[in-house]
Amino acid sequence: MPFSSDLDVRVTDTSLRDGSHAKRHQFTEQNVRDIVRALDDAGMPVIEVTHGDGLGGSSYNYGKSLVDERVLMKAAVQEADQAKIAALMLPGLGTKDDIKAIHEIGVSIVRVATHCTEADISEQHFALARDIGLETAGFLMMAHSISPELLAKQARIMADAGCQCVYVVDSAGAMILEDASERVEALVSELGSDAQVGFHGHENLSLSLANTIAAIRAGAVQVDGSTRRFGAGSGNTSCEALAAVAERLGIKTGLDVLKMIDAAEDVVRPVMDEECVLDRLSLIMGYAGVYSSFLKHAYRASERYGVPGADILMECGNRKLVGGQEDQIIQIAATLAKDAAKEVDDKAETAST
Amino acid sequence: MTTAAIVGSGNIGTDLMYKLLRSSEIDLQWVVGVDPESEGLKRARSEGLEASPEGVDWLLNQSELPDIVFEATSAYVHVRNAPRYREHGIRAVDLTPAARGPFVVPPANLTEHIAEMNVNMVTCGGQATIPMVYAVSSVVPVDYAEIVATVASKSAGPGTRQNIDEFTRTTSRAVSEIGGSTEGKAIIILNPAEPPLMMRDTIYCSIPADADTDAIARSIHKVAAEVATYVPGYRLIAEPQFDRPQAGETTGRVAIFVEVEGAGDFLPPYAGNLDIMTAAATKVGEEIASSLKAKEAV
Repeated sequence: MPFSSDLDVRVTDTSLRDGSHAKRHQFTEQNVRDIVRALDDAGMPVIEVTHGDGLGGSSYNYGKSLVDERVLMKAAVQEADQAKIAALMLPGLGTKDDIKAIHEIGVSIVRVATHCTEADISEQHFALARDIGLETAGFLMMAHSISPELLAKQARIMADAGCQCVYVVDSAGAMILEDASERVEALVSELGSDAQVGFHGHENLSLSLANTIAAIRAGAVQVDGSTRRFGAGSGNTSCEALAAVAERLGIKTGLDVLKMIDAAEDVVRPVMDEECVLDRLSLIMGYAGVYSSFLKHAYRASERYGVPGADILMECGNRKLVGGQEDQIIQIAATLAKDAAKEVDDKAETAST
Repeated sequence: MTTAAIVGSGNIGTDLMYKLLRSSEIDLQWVVGVDPESEGLKRARSEGLEASPEGVDWLLNQSELPDIVFEATSAYVHVRNAPRYREHGIRAVDLTPAARGPFVVPPANLTEHIAEMNVNMVTCGGQATIPMVYAVSSVVPVDYAEIVATVASKSAGPGTRQNIDEFTRTTSRAVSEIGGSTEGKAIIILNPAEPPLMMRDTIYCSIPADADTDAIARSIHKVAAEVATYVPGYRLIAEPQFDRPQAGETTGRVAIFVEVEGAGDFLPPYAGNLDIMTAAATKVGEEIASSLKAKEAV
């Protein structure tokens, strides 16, 4: 079953939401207008614009936004001719009030995200969104961490609550090939015609595009990417590469490949502080199964406390932290620094005796 | 002695029962619920209490009425019950998010509302974090306070899950109103790790650029010790972390890290979030009891 009569798969570009992590939430209104205009012109059907951690994400814990996300969303709505604008929200951080507010701004899709075992905290948000006429998608984050069967049960909770497309979200970029397709298949078989299935990948093990194609072949009809991979960790599935590969495979996405390649190079890249690359820490995130948006926080804590970023992220993995627990990164770094200082003291003591 | 009843025989009500049974200020006599098969009612009977599955109607028909009722049902039920307690002159300590009466968080404002007929215990996240906001705001002005509460998935019941916005809104409001910051924000996260994690809370407060950080740290330790007198498992897990103003900001900030281990009365120790509610409610109940005793003595 294709997404619609025109599209086999509908792509959502999330460079203005997931990319917010890489930009440390410092997007200007002009950045948003430039990127939305270029992507809209290249045929991108959906563009997500929100603080990286979703509605209400501007905070000490996740990073304050330079510009109020509602101002940015409004600019995106004004700029888009054909693209729909989407927003992300996480129950426990955002509330129903935020959903009502974005509806008034003209945002047409709300994507409600929970950790993959906690779908039932999203029920009231889906109900409200459907009531006021928003299109809905649900994000089961860190989906690598539970089995396809358990994930399908959580997807059922979201679908029953009013979610129209449940995404398998590889927040840690930890899935390898069949991990993605098996999860998508399990959801497709559970949901049937009750809801669509989507996939959101990260590049931390260098597999986001391969995983995305595997997900499409397994029945996903909505997938996410970020132009120039502009996202958390080592970034998301490259939208321009996805457009090219999909065209070669005969999968209709509606994207103009050459326009996407130009938008990536000429419009998105200049907005980025740096390219999203597969460096030591992002690779460790994929390897240890750590939520991708922890990357910049780990860099900052590593610098401040003088402890290796890799040690911080491995400890995040050991403690099985979930999305949103950025606060624990400071605590882990402060503890590692204290332990290291103690070790030095102990050695000095041993040496003197 | 001041007599009391618990309304609601679920997890919270049952954990609260064990704490009140240990109290020397409160004479717990009744536990009421709505489910005849409830484990809580069985346990109440085995402790020699009068227990009934016929709810508040049964309780209010007794020849002798309690001085204090602890409401451990749901916000919806408490909204209906609150006026009935008031009519009968019974004090209510409300552990639901109904917020019919003023918020009470022991170290911050234990005695302020002691004469009210109905007081509300905010939320678990509020009880765990507001004392820390108060600790900072009693030393320096706090423009903004933000709390992140992480609880084990297993300790978040259907009530919390279906009304997660209530938690966020109520806690945010109480962080500023009771904690003493100009603005407040609350975030809750559920973590399903096995074995279940202890409740973890991080409290951030803005502080003036030239704040005396040693004085703030002393206040944080002092208030944490005060909370630990009624919640023994309440502890700071790292020294408070201070940051000078970052680029583009006029205020610095402090980050405070807390863990709450439950007493394991009825609920397992990881459920520190539930333990701190029942422990704080016990503390408030005892304070009401001693104020009633003082009134009788006059």
